[in-house]
Amino acid sequence: MLSIKNLHVAIDGKEIIRGLDLEVKAGEVHAIMGPNGTGKSTLASVIAGKEGYDVTDGEIIFNGKDLLELPTEERALEGIFLGFQYPVEIPGVSMTNFMRTALNEQRKYHGLDPIPAGEFLERMENARKLVEIHDKLTNRSVNEGFSGGEKKRNEIFQMAMLEPTLSILDETDSGLDIDALKVVAKGVNDLKSDKNATIVITHYQRLLDYIVPDFVHVLFEGKIVKSGDKELAMELEEKGYEWLKAETV
Amino acid sequence: MIAESTLKEKVTSLYQSNKDKIVSNDPPGMETIRQQSFEDFLKLDFPTPKLEKWKNTDIRKLLQRDYQILFGPENGDLDLDKIFHCEVPDFDTEIISLYNGWYIYRDKPLTTLPNGTIIGSFARALQEYPDLVMKHYNKYAKSDLNGLNALNTAYAQDGVFIYVPDGVEAYKTIQMVNILNKEDNLLVQNRNLVIMGKNAKLTLVHCDDSHNFKSSLTNTITEVFMDEGANMKHYKLQNLNNDTSLINTSFFHQEKDSNLSTFAISLNGGLIRNDIHVRLNGEGSHADVMGLYLMDKEQHVDNHVFIDHAVPNCTSNELFKGIIDDHATAVFNGHILVRKDAQKTNAYQTNRNIILNDKATVNTKPFLEIYADDVKCSHGATVGQIDNDALFYIKSRGISEYNAKLLLMYAFAAEVINQITIDPLKVRIDDLVKKRLRGELAVCDQCVLNCKNQEKTYEFKIDMSKL
Repeated sequence: MLSIKNLHVAIDGKEIIRGLDLEVKAGEVHAIMGPNGTGKSTLASVIAGKEGYDVTDGEIIFNGKDLLELPTEERALEGIFLGFQYPVEIPGVSMTNFMRTALNEQRKYHGLDPIPAGEFLERMENARKLVEIHDKLTNRSVNEGFSGGEKKRNEIFQMAMLEPTLSILDETDSGLDIDALKVVAKGVNDLKSDKNATIVITHYQRLLDYIVPDFVHVLFEGKIVKSGDKELAMELEEKGYEWLKAETV
Repeated sequence: MIAESTLKEKVTSLYQSNKDKIVSNDPPGMETIRQQSFEDFLKLDFPTPKLEKWKNTDIRKLLQRDYQILFGPENGDLDLDKIFHCEVPDFDTEIISLYNGWYIYRDKPLTTLPNGTIIGSFARALQEYPDLVMKHYNKYAKSDLNGLNALNTAYAQDGVFIYVPDGVEAYKTIQMVNILNKEDNLLVQNRNLVIMGKNAKLTLVHCDDSHNFKSSLTNTITEVFMDEGANMKHYKLQNLNNDTSLINTSFFHQEKDSNLSTFAISLNGGLIRNDIHVRLNGEGSHADVMGLYLMDKEQHVDNHVFIDHAVPNCTSNELFKGIIDDHATAVFNGHILVRKDAQKTNAYQTNRNIILNDKATVNTKPFLEIYADDVKCSHGATVGQIDNDALFYIKSRGISEYNAKLLLMYAFAAEVINQITIDPLKVRIDDLVKKRLRGELAVCDQCVLNCKNQEKTYEFKIDMSKL
């Protein structure tokens, strides 16, 4: 599904990602861990198509398409979803309208008619139940006045609405209490199928108690320095990143 | 160097040579006001950027053009039926129209409704109700404020007159349509007078439209007197061609417990200047002064708002928002004066702007002048761009850049539109704004509330109806 080869990314001439390789197949959950400032969020942003990053080498192929050639919105229409670390507040744009517009653009891209009102409402209702967010929130402006936990749940709500093939959840666990974490994890697990895949970016092992990864990768200084299964996450939790630093030097 | 205003010479000699015609309809006392104003004009001349209040709005170019002035009404070849049948669904309005500055004499120039409300031609009101008119005429306007106001007062012959008696609610919304349509460039100087009795209620929609592509200049003054407890909702909609200039000066005088809500919605126009003066003259009075301007190409809009808190316990709230594209320029100048005894004043003022490229310009100047010590006042002004983080967020959900920008611009404008309390009108203005943002709003061949091209009949890529 996703194939990243020898990816090099720089911001303002400073190289952040230095030769990264990653293969993700349908039905898999990958966790990317690593200390702060090693390029985890940069990787997520580059896959989603945020401006301000120079890809100096390498390629990202998604379902046979060269992702780096596509604008942000087309990547989303192809099935990429980014769960933001810091979801943006957009006063004046209601969640309902935001989602309907997004869904209709998606349907148009796939040659379908706009979503019928009844079907849309049903989908909203199901997604809302999944992440236990109140309909008061979905009637408000996008993220405006939402608490930290509500914003993160809203990301998973949008994921449920848009049904992406590849979701990248960037530090979705940061700022969440244990109850909210469980809700978010449950949402992700329920949406999991053998047709889609998830990349979970996290700093702590905690989230991985609830979203069990098939693969764990450790990102350090812009490269994946170690890959393994969920046992690797436990080991990291125990020994800390210093252990890996010592090993890679 | 720009040559000496040729228009000044022209209006001076035309005034003198047509004086008999101009004063022929004047009740006692009016000619003196004219003469004084004419002398004021000679002294003041047209405003130039040397004056602080005209620093960012240079009208000298307009003064180089040749204009025709009409000293009497003429009905052009316009199909008047079309204009009069322009209705907003679910929105019952009484339409009164000015054609090239003159009241269109339909059934009768002045109508008295069963509840005593009088609406019609200002010129006719001067004849029929001279005492009522002269009790208020030019009492609230400051005709010596600048040369344009003085010139209007010297020249003014016709316009719209509205009188709502004590305790009466004008039964329909009154829609006032100014239409310009003439082969020559026109200089139009209307004078509108609105008198509201105690606890009277009025909704007035004030549309300025141009129909041809001539470079006309409208210099209009509207005076509004609101007696105790009067309640007025006033909506100015401006949709003019890119060569037309509109200088629109309004003076609101509010007595005790009166409540004003006035909107200036500028959708199109070569040069638009709204001078809005509000005097809160009786305790407990409140004014909402709102504005939205969407300018592009070489357009220019200038909103000058002066709120005079003359007595204690009054409140005012100003919100002006604008989106500026291309080489367009926008000016906002908000002056709040709180006089020495006006304790317990609450006055708020906000001006927010989005510029869409680096060629567009905004000059914004909030100004509080406070002489009382127990007041709450605030002001804020911002000029920014479309929020790139928000844009990326929206696009990351699969929404195109074009639609993402539309969503953000509309969301920005909606804060003003949402303050409109009359639902059918809100929906209509909402439609106009969306069309304008998509670049689909034409200078209508009918009034600005044109019903021929309703949103419903369009198919849009993006459904913004539930925003």
